[in-house]
Amino acid sequence: MSVQTQAGPPVGGAQASRLMGLLRAREAGIALLIVLVVAITGLNNHAFLDAQSLQQLLTGAALIALLGVGETLVLVTRNVDLSVGSVVGLSAYVVGDLFKNEHIPVWSGFALGILLGAVVGALNGLIVTVLRVPSLVITLAMLYIIRGVDSMIVNGHTIDPSAIPSAFTAVGYRTILGVPWLAVIVAVVVAIAGYAMRSFRSSRELYAIGSNPDAAGLAGVPIGRRVFTAFVLSGALAGLAGTLFLALHAQVDNSGGSGYELTVISAVVVGGVAIFGGSGTVVGAALGALLLNTISQALVASRVSAFWNEAIAGALLLAAIGFDRWLSLRVTRSLTSARGAHRDV
Amino acid sequence: MTSDLAATSVDVDRPDGAPPAGRRPGWRAAVRWESGLVLVLVAVLLFGSAESSTFLSPSTFFYLGTNTGYVAIMALPLMFIVMTGEIDLSVASMLGLSGATVGFLWHHGWPIWPAFAVALIVGALGGALNGVLVAKAGLPSIAVTIGTLTLFRGLAEILLGSLTVPAPGDRLLPASLTKIGVVPVPGTQLSYSMLIFLVLAVGFGVVLHRTPLGRSLVAIGLQPEAARFVGIRVNRIKLRLYILSGVLCAFAGILLTLQNASVSYNAGTGLELNVIAIVLFGGVSIFGGRGTIPGVVLAVAIVGALQMALTQMNVDPNVQNIVTGALLLLSVVVPSGGEAVRRARARLRRPAPGS
Repeated sequence: MSVQTQAGPPVGGAQASRLMGLLRAREAGIALLIVLVVAITGLNNHAFLDAQSLQQLLTGAALIALLGVGETLVLVTRNVDLSVGSVVGLSAYVVGDLFKNEHIPVWSGFALGILLGAVVGALNGLIVTVLRVPSLVITLAMLYIIRGVDSMIVNGHTIDPSAIPSAFTAVGYRTILGVPWLAVIVAVVVAIAGYAMRSFRSSRELYAIGSNPDAAGLAGVPIGRRVFTAFVLSGALAGLAGTLFLALHAQVDNSGGSGYELTVISAVVVGGVAIFGGSGTVVGAALGALLLNTISQALVASRVSAFWNEAIAGALLLAAIGFDRWLSLRVTRSLTSARGAHRDV
Repeated sequence: MTSDLAATSVDVDRPDGAPPAGRRPGWRAAVRWESGLVLVLVAVLLFGSAESSTFLSPSTFFYLGTNTGYVAIMALPLMFIVMTGEIDLSVASMLGLSGATVGFLWHHGWPIWPAFAVALIVGALGGALNGVLVAKAGLPSIAVTIGTLTLFRGLAEILLGSLTVPAPGDRLLPASLTKIGVVPVPGTQLSYSMLIFLVLAVGFGVVLHRTPLGRSLVAIGLQPEAARFVGIRVNRIKLRLYILSGVLCAFAGILLTLQNASVSYNAGTGLELNVIAIVLFGGVSIFGGRGTIPGVVLAVAIVGALQMALTQMNVDPNVQNIVTGALLLLSVVVPSGGEAVRRARARLRRPAPGS
């Protein structure tokens, strides 16, 4: 999957497939880990395997997985978007407010949420690409500014369930063939983004930018435009996530989505997306989100105090980046030995 | 920006290779950002006194100190870390873990001073964990410290759970120590935490601007490879900076616990962003290699004064975020805007000699 993005000399077929195996193992490894956690917890507590409990695993991970898709697009270009949590809060409240006071139709709630997020993303993208300033600082500033603007709009009010059309909140709890709508929506987004990131030229260029910006520029990749697009998409997905947040919780105040940015980055990095760009897949990111949520729910089901949740999430993130480092050292070593062999000729 | 070393090496570092001959004299570059901050500070003070009659009063100054002092203490080691091109996002979680450690031990009947000592040791260990992963294992500091941000806060949560110490039935924290939250240092209007920050700032300033170690930090931030080649122990310095950061954040956690006379696991949640905002607004470059102590002290004063002014105007603390964000935005947009203009001008000038 992401093997094409590995900067390096051409390698022999056997070597390449081994590499491919190692990297593909990441998604498979996480999936296996999820199954293991579910199975072990289920052995001790059969209620954990109930349909409702399994649905809860998917629903609880859905928003983070959705944000993870956008974050992956930005991270592979060697940037970061810290403003997503604030965008979730803003779009959730604004859409709720429009439902309450303007009685807009359900579909336009989604459209406006996405649009709002895209506007913020465009702002992030413009500042980062035109002024060439580090996205870490810009999106951190936007995290603050948007949360502040959100609080101004909220002004101490809350949106409560009675103000929201029931057709809208249905998205938050209805299921299709036992699968929550939320999970279906996110799965569709992940599938589209996953296909695009693997097959479209413009998306492959995102990886090129992240692997080596200078080389990508020399190769004719329109860096500014691509990075800008990544930010717009990340913002739009955060806007969508905000709308879904409202559908899921049916209420929101000025703290909706706060702190999501760090959870998303943890999930994405656990899912194998490199923080310095150039590699990682949206499927991995979504699985990372699912793993984090599965572990936290498993703790609850095993009657381990929920207080352990955060510590375990943090330790998992450290383990994931440590593992990535070990993997990349191994890959580098195998590449250098392969190169050495070719040089003998 | 401050030192000749920094001023000249910036040019070496710049890829477009602007001719050094064309540079303004060093002192102009040195005062630019900091003098801007002085103007901003004056403007904030004028604004505050115009908007609130109680703004320029001794008690405002004292509360500014208690609200900002412990945050500012965390900014100093973070500043050094940023100067070496790394980052530490775990500062506020370490503050929380240290407070939780004190609270946990106090709850279990420990005397106060040994509890402080353990909290500081926890700080050193946590900092060492960051440092080993970043400097020895070579992992990206942003990912490592997001991990430890979650981990440290999680450990604090394990220690205290939903408990607020002192819980009903516990001893109260010693009043001789918790008074730092309510009375200023005798004979002044300084809060104890602000006084400690100022003393530390002088120490950090001497190290940064007057010692070889300070020059090493600048060198590491500008050219890590070159720094290693001239014999600077890059990794050892980074490791020690993270340990220092852990200890000082733990110390800030103790101060906050005493100021509030109570502690729960979520003390200072989200504060890492404020600390980073202060460091960057103080003119420290996120790319490393540039920054001055006066800049950071001015940033502390501005952020603190602005917060007091807005609070006295009854602005919702959440809405105050807009101002923090705007300051942060300014701190990168203004220098980069200048850079963008210079780029555009260079592009206009370049064709002339060629034709």
